[in-house]
This record gives sequence, C-alpha cells and structure tokens, in this order.
Amino acid sequence: MGMTAMSSNSIPISETVSQVAERKPLSEILHEWVITVDHKRLGLMYIGLALLFLALGGLEAAIMRIQLAVPHAHFVSPQVFNRMFTMHGTTMIFFVAMTILFGFGIYLVPLMIGTRDMAFPRLNAWGFWMSAFGGLLLYFSFIGGEGLSGAGTAPDVGWWAYAPLTSPAFSKGHSTDYWTISLLIAGFGTLATAINFVATILSMRCSGMTLGKMPLLCWMYLVTGGLLLFTITPLTAAQLMLMIDRYLGGHFFDTQAGGSAVMWMHFFWIFGHPEVYVLILPSFAFVSEIVPVFSRKPIFGYPIMVAATVAIGFISMSVWAHHMFTVGMASYSNAFFVLTSMAIAVPTGIKIFNWLGTMWGGQIRYATPMLFCLGFLFQFLIAGLTGVMLGAAPFNWQLSGSYFVIAHFHYVIVGGILFAVFGAFYYWFPKMTGRMLNETLGKWHFGFFFIGFHLTFDFMHGAGILGMPRRIYTYEPNRGWETWNMIVTVGVLFQAVAVLCFAFNLFWSYFRGHATGNDPWDAWTLEWSTSSPPPAYNFAVIPEVKSRRPLWDLKHPEDPDWRYE
Amino acid sequence: MSSLPATMPITETPWTLPSRGRVGMFSLIAGETAIFTIFIVAYIYYIGKSLSGPMPRQVLEVPIFNTICLLSSSLTIHFALRALQGGRIAAFKLFWFVTLSLGAIFLIGTGREWYRLITKEGLTITTNLFGTTYYSLVGLHAFHVSAGLVGLLTVMIFALAARVNQEHAERLDVFSLYWHFVDAVWVAVFIVVYIVGR
Repeated sequence: MGMTAMSSNSIPISETVSQVAERKPLSEILHEWVITVDHKRLGLMYIGLALLFLALGGLEAAIMRIQLAVPHAHFVSPQVFNRMFTMHGTTMIFFVAMTILFGFGIYLVPLMIGTRDMAFPRLNAWGFWMSAFGGLLLYFSFIGGEGLSGAGTAPDVGWWAYAPLTSPAFSKGHSTDYWTISLLIAGFGTLATAINFVATILSMRCSGMTLGKMPLLCWMYLVTGGLLLFTITPLTAAQLMLMIDRYLGGHFFDTQAGGSAVMWMHFFWIFGHPEVYVLILPSFAFVSEIVPVFSRKPIFGYPIMVAATVAIGFISMSVWAHHMFTVGMASYSNAFFVLTSMAIAVPTGIKIFNWLGTMWGGQIRYATPMLFCLGFLFQFLIAGLTGVMLGAAPFNWQLSGSYFVIAHFHYVIVGGILFAVFGAFYYWFPKMTGRMLNETLGKWHFGFFFIGFHLTFDFMHGAGILGMPRRIYTYEPNRGWETWNMIVTVGVLFQAVAVLCFAFNLFWSYFRGHATGNDPWDAWTLEWSTSSPPPAYNFAVIPEVKSRRPLWDLKHPEDPDWRYE
Repeated sequence: MSSLPATMPITETPWTLPSRGRVGMFSLIAGETAIFTIFIVAYIYYIGKSLSGPMPRQVLEVPIFNTICLLSSSLTIHFALRALQGGRIAAFKLFWFVTLSLGAIFLIGTGREWYRLITKEGLTITTNLFGTTYYSLVGLHAFHVSAGLVGLLTVMIFALAARVNQEHAERLDVFSLYWHFVDAVWVAVFIVVYIVGR
C-alpha cells in the first residue's frame, strides 16, 4: 500500500550512512566521487563546479568594475578588458547558470518524482564530465591561447563572438578555438543532460504521479529539457561551422567569399534567446516550490502555471531576432519579432500573478528562502518591464548596445535567476546535508546582496540612458557618467561581502549547522519524505502518490488533497 | 485534473509509462533535427551566392543508386527487427547484414563522389561557398551514417557470436529509430542538395 510504504519511508533510515563514509581515506572518497553515477552526487558536483566558476566569473566582473569606476582608468589594459568581458559572459552563462541549475535539477527531479535515479545514470555522469572539461578548456586558454603565432591569450571576441571578429584574420592564435571547442564539448554534455531530464520525467515517475500531479518543478525542468534539445543544438551547429571556417578554410561567415556575418548572429541568437528561458524556467521552478511552502498554501492556479510554462517554451523559440533590431532587418521581420517579444510577456506575467495569488491570504514565513523569492518577484518584474521596453524596436534602436541593455539582462540573470538559486540553496541545503544553513547569516547575505544588487544594476540603467555603450574600456570625464559608474562599482563591494557571508555560511553550516530531520520546512513534496541526506537508493520503497502534495495527504489523513484535485 | 471525483482514485489499473529508451532516442533525434536544420538553412541561404565556380549544376550528379540503397536499408532493418521479435534469429542476422551492407554501400558511394569532386572537378571545402556548404552538410550526414554503421557492426558481431536473441529486441528497436532518422535526413539532404540546389 502506498500510504504505509510512505510512512515507513519517513522514518529516518540512513543516519549512519554519512558517518561511515567520513571515516574512509581521502583517496577512496575521491575515487568514489569520480566514478559515481548517483544523481545526488552528480548534482552536488555540478553545484560545486558552478560555485567555483561563480567565483572566477565574479572576479572578472570585479576587475571590469574597478576599471570603469573612474574615467581614464588604467587598472588593466584594453586587451585584458576585452578578455574579461568575454570570459565573464561565457563563464556565467555556460558554466555557472546552466551548471548550477542542472545541479539542482539532477539532484531534485528523481527525488520529487519518487524514483531512485535519472533515466540514464551513466549518461548523466558523462554530461557532468563534459561540462567540467569544457569549463577547464575555457580557462586553460589563459595558458594555451597564445598558440604558435603568439597572439593573445583567453578569448576576447565577446560572449556572442560576432563574425568577422572570429575570422582567422582578426583572431590570431587559438583563443577563439578554445572558446569554440569548450562550448562545443559543454554543449554535448548539455544535450545529454537535456535528454536525461526529458526521459526521466516522462518515464520514471512513481505510481500515481500523472503529469497533472507532478510538482511544478518537474514540469518546468521538463520544458527546460525539451527547450534545450532545440536550442543548444543550433549553437553546436554554429560552432561546427565556425570551426570549419577557422580550421578548414570554409566561408560560412566570410563576407569576402560571399558568406554572411548576419547568419552567425541569427544562428547564435536562435540559441541565445531561448537560452534565457532555459535559465529562467528552473528559477521559476524553485520559486514555485518555495513560495507555497512558506505561504502555507498550495500553489495558485497549477494548470495555468503548467500552460504558461509550455507557452513560454514555444514562444521563446520565435523571439531571437529582437537582439538584432539594429542590424537592419526588413520592417516585417522587425514587426514579427516585436510582436512575439511582447507576446512572451503574457505567460510570464501570468506566473507572477499566480505567485502573488499563492501568497495572498497565506501565513507567510519570512525565512531566508522566502526572502530571496520575494526579491526575485520584485526584481524579475522590473526586468520583465525593461524587457518589454527593449522589445519595442524603436526604443531598441536608441538603447541597443548600451548599459541599459546590460542593466536589463543582469536584472534577469542576477535579480531573477541568482536570487532564486540562493533561495534554493537555503531551502534544499538541509535535504542535501542534513543541516540547516544559518538563518542569521542568511539574512545578512540577503540584505547585503539586495543592497549591492540594486546599487549596481539600478544605476546601470541611468548610465545607459545617458548613452554609455557596453564593452567600452574607459570614458571621458565630461559625459556625466562618473557618479553612476562609481555607485555601480560600490555596489559590487556589497555583493562581494554578501557572497562571502554565503560562502562562510555554507562551510560553517556544513559542519556546525543545526542538525535537522527529514522535513524541516513542513513541506509537501516527496523529497522531504526520505532522510536528510537521502540514502543512495533514495526510497526504501518506491512511494505511491494520489495528489500534488503527497506529504500533506500523509500528515492530514482526515483532509487529503486528492479529495479536491 | 481538477474535476476528479471526490472519491479514492482507482489505483488498480497498472501503472505504465513510456519506455525511457524510446523517449531518450526521440529526444536525441529532436536535438539532431535542430542541428541538421541549421545546416540545411545555411545551405539553402547560400545557394547561388558563390563568387566563383564550380557551380552545383556543373559538377553534381544525382546519386540515385546510393539513395535507393540507403532508403531500402530502413526496410531491411525493420524486417530484421520483426524477425528478432518473432525469434527467427537466422532471418534477423540475414536482414541485419543486408542493412549493414546497404549502409556501407552508401558510404562508399559518398566517398567515390567526393573523390571525383576533389580530384576531377577541383571542388574542395575552401573553393567557394558551394564547396563549404556541400561538404559540411553531406559530411555531417555521412558522419551520422558512419556512427550508425559502427552500431550496426557491433550488433552484427554480437549476433555472429550468437549473443543476440529475442530479449534484445526492444533495445535494437530503439537503435533502429536512429537508423530511420539517418535515412529520413537523407531525404531532406537529397532534395535540398541534388534537386533544389542544382
């Protein structure tokens, strides 16, 4: 019987597992982690890898901000500045954001759908190591990028690498090749992970968990996986073409031989824009799990949330050329991409209303995960509004390529995605380690990060409207940009303090945090029914569910959810 | 979902989900389709944009025999699987071998075509846009055929060692989806390169 199976599950069964593991010699532990195919270990390795790259990418951002704090600065050379913004963008998108979101997904999805691993555990490990080696290759370019012709280290062509900057004539040495091959390899890993998400969610759900009873997190990872199948692959194709151009003397993006630089833009953004939704959908997933638990209410409008997620998945594949309004497209193309960009705001807006509807009348607990979700809601709304502004072609012609654009997409990626990820850390850390993250430190982390975020990215809008272009090395003192830039750089300091709070909290709480039971938040999804951390097999008996909130049913047998769904 | 009756849901019906192998393979095919779509779009966009010769009409010959071989291999792999599902191992081996041979003939045909183009017509990947897009698209497809042949050959070796039997039918069915995909892509490549592009 499902009920009895689950109640026997919720008895702590593996208290000794982690203690036994700690007594092994280091080499053996290392060996276990390297050869593992366990989704929980791989998830944690993804997260660890991403945090490492977050530090590197953050360092690169800090270098850029120091250089731009005052006019006529010479903190780094222009060449180094170019490398910094290229590496910062590439690192943050491919090796921080995607990696950390995959990590949480790989950790949580099998637990939430009540199974013991991903559909293809070996493929899962392969995907992780591909991503890890891709990241390693990208950073090895600092050493190996000189190549035989001795020009340049580290890629310096910008994270979207427009032609003809990448042609052999303008990018000598191997820095661009490191960028290409790194993303190609990481892309194969991403494709493997996307396949795994789709197959796991469609084929591995526990008994009773119909698609309509899945936690929203799983729905959003399903759409993310499906979206990735169609979006990471165009990037792979474009990188193959670039390699053919650079190594075999092809002419895809070589305008001298009749090729087209604009083709690269299209191919890159066919990947590039859906990629934003690949990153934001898992963030939506975290928020959709955290907000109900901390509002003590089931999610408002579950079917509409699912429909909006699927709608975002489809519409996101038809908006890419709004990155290219200033390239000079036909007016009907402009009109089409303006309309689709406006249209995607509708399902996104529906989601915001649903989260608000979930909180409405709830008993909100202002714990750290919820604070980050509230920050997410507020900032993502503003990010969406500036997105609608930039989606209008005439407005875009004015501000494309300015700091206003930088402000907009950092509002999405930092204010939206990173805030949701921090929320996810505070929410699921007890499940992953068996100990709570410290709440006081968590609130300091939130406070500093909130202030730092707003100092940095609010004031970038101003500099952008005053005409400051992106990717400039330095600027004249008489443009009216000095104060804005100084405030932006000061904000970085606050963010750095916040991240240190967070890093300290992770280490301290891992060893000294409050030991916790299976279910510290009184939550409702299946991952909280097993021990913390879960045993290698996740569930002693595969659970059976009857509603979207199986643990509610278990805790409230007198008033179970399946009566109403 | 929200209109379920307020009674205990019936759980007696067996809980079945789609096979993860098939879902995984269809996902891979979806991703591969996107890769090929980008290459095909590039090919179509660059038709007639070459600044110098040779042009497709001057040098390309329509590979009808090759096409017949590859497309019929989809049929033979289907027959092979039908035989395996029915436990007729000898018939399975025969049809599997025919599939493998047809795929190999196709690959050899492509090799001969490239040899002729490179040595007789002087068309390489650097010659012009036609050369770049032609070798990339046909080469990408040939790479997928090669990967399929490695799979076919592996199974053939196991079959000759009498290690393949009825219980492997489902796995080989998943593999056959990939082979059908490679054949279907050839239809698109054939139309674009040898009909539209000429």
